Amino acid sequence: MTLEASKVTFGYRDRPVGTGLDLAIAPGSFTAIVGPNACGKSTLLRVLSRLLKPTEGAVLLDGKAIAHQPSKQVAKRLGLLPQSSIAPDGITASDLVARGRFPHQSALRQWSRADEAAVRDAMAATGTTDLADRLVDELSGGQRQRVWVAMVLAQQTELLLLDEPTTFLDIAHQIELLDIFAGLNDEGRTIVAVLHDLNQAARYASHIVAMRDGAVYAEGAPAEVITEATVEAVFDLPCKVVPDPVSGTPLVIPLGRAQRHR
Amino acid sequence: MRRHLVLRVGGRASTRTLLRAFAVTAALAVLTVLAAVIALGLGEMRISAVDVVRALVSDAGTAIETVVVQWRLPRVLLGVVFGAALGLSGAVFQSLTRNPLGSPDVIGFDSGAYTGAVVSIIAVGSTALVIPSALAGGIATALAVYLLAYRRGVHGFRLIVVGIAVTALLGSVNTYLLLKARLWQAQMASVWGAGSLNGLDWSDARNGTLVVLALLVPLLWLGRRLRMLELGDDAAAAMGVAVEPVRLALVVVGVSLSAVVTALAGPIPFVALVAPQLARRITRAPGVQLVPAAVTGAFLLVTCDMVALNVPPQALPVGLMTIILGGAYLVWLLVAQSRKELR
Ligand SMILES: Nc1ncnc2c1ncn2[C@@H]1O[C@H](COP(=O)(O)OP(=O)(O)O)[C@@H](O)[C@H]1O
Ligand SMILES: [Mg+2]
Repeated sequence: MTLEASKVTFGYRDRPVGTGLDLAIAPGSFTAIVGPNACGKSTLLRVLSRLLKPTEGAVLLDGKAIAHQPSKQVAKRLGLLPQSSIAPDGITASDLVARGRFPHQSALRQWSRADEAAVRDAMAATGTTDLADRLVDELSGGQRQRVWVAMVLAQQTELLLLDEPTTFLDIAHQIELLDIFAGLNDEGRTIVAVLHDLNQAARYASHIVAMRDGAVYAEGAPAEVITEATVEAVFDLPCKVVPDPVSGTPLVIPLGRAQRHR
Repeated sequence: MRRHLVLRVGGRASTRTLLRAFAVTAALAVLTVLAAVIALGLGEMRISAVDVVRALVSDAGTAIETVVVQWRLPRVLLGVVFGAALGLSGAVFQSLTRNPLGSPDVIGFDSGAYTGAVVSIIAVGSTALVIPSALAGGIATALAVYLLAYRRGVHGFRLIVVGIAVTALLGSVNTYLLLKARLWQAQMASVWGAGSLNGLDWSDARNGTLVVLALLVPLLWLGRRLRMLELGDDAAAAMGVAVEPVRLALVVVGVSLSAVVTALAGPIPFVALVAPQLARRITRAPGVQLVPAAVTGAFLLVTCDMVALNVPPQALPVGLMTIILGGAYLVWLLVAQSRKELR
């Protein structure tokens, strides 16, 4: 399955974000989108998941304009974890995960065996099976985020768009979640994630898209994109890039004022 | 796992609910039927429950049948149907606004309908045009509140604040109109303004029930989408819900459910506010609970009407009973809230 943005111009009524942007998501890839705050990463994900209609250009799913496909059909192929979602009061983890089955259900078929199996599998894959009966409000940040990921997984889509899935988590929980994504990617799902930690992006992603001011500044394999020049240009941050001693991928060492003047 | 009740017919039809929610709702439905039977027996002519049931299913003699079926049944039936309609309407609005205060009576519908009614009574000099004017007033107010609160989609808190402001404004308009009106007009308007099931006959019962049933059809389709909207607009849209059209449709259906009641009975406040919250607490189920809210609303309205009719020395309009109910609920809510804050 391919997802492609072709010359899309997009933004909000009073605020254009990007112009004529091209981006292709390779099937089976793990794509990380990086870039400074407010550069348009979330907006781009919303365009890719047909939540926001581009004013020009089109988003193509397997070559066909996504805007012209029934949205429930699209939702069976492409899942999105928004940057912020709301858990209804008093909902348990398993009930929340079950809501991810909506695109597969109908007025008549509200809880099939396939629904049951999908919820079970999604919770197993995210290690949330034991949390099934816990209230989502009462979970720790890491647990809660895994439950939300399970909800999107229960949607059983080939492609997952994840907006800052690791933000607000401690480093151990970030790695735990990234390992889950890597596992899903190994099983054949295409992953697109907005990540803030460049080192994690370089280690886990097969493809990196660096954005600045609503445009793709550079994209390619981690070693090509995560360079001193690109990081400085995209984030306005001088840095040194060395090989990660464990994985060999680029490791960014930012230079603060003190290091710069040495 | 919290226990669920799963029902499957072949591979095609299936549904699931929380076992506790199902049991509580079923029990409340039984209580509602019991209350209805008792209500049918009460009045100047006391009729035993056995005779009431006999009059309903077979025959119990013409005199009893006339009293039970012709005189009392339309009122009790409308108590059930209107209570359910108000419960649903409140559940829809509270879910859309994500706020336990976001019910149609709080956000301006009732006072708009009252303004419409008062204007028509003063202009026409009779209650001939009260129904269409009240509907027009209520719906225009609801739309105005919706539009005033619209900013890149409608958000709950804005809707409530705008609704309360508009309600206050209309309140003073209503007072002004009543002061300007002739005494008999003001009296007529006040009678209409205290919502009541008094004097409703079989043709009202038939019309009211049909309209409410017709509104249940779109709600069946919209209900599952309403649950998805609770996850936030982006999450709902990502799963295939057409957020803005669905939300507008829900507002229309929710207002219409309140409008039928107001048109035929006048404003009956607080049932829409209280029923969904009570339903949530007794079922302990997450998010919006349409069926439990409907059953709770039916139970509340039938019971309130029975008490209003039979307990005070002189029968009261049910709208006064539900105001007492709502007042008690709001006090309880405030106390519970301040306790939470003190903790
Ligand atoms: N709903 C919205 N309406 C108007 N402008 C928005 C909205 N959401 C985001 N923006 C603006 O669009 C720009 C891009 O935002 P966003 O895509 O959220 O950035 P990022 O995810 O990269 O931090 C920002 O300037 C932001 O203020
Ligand atoms: Mg963002």
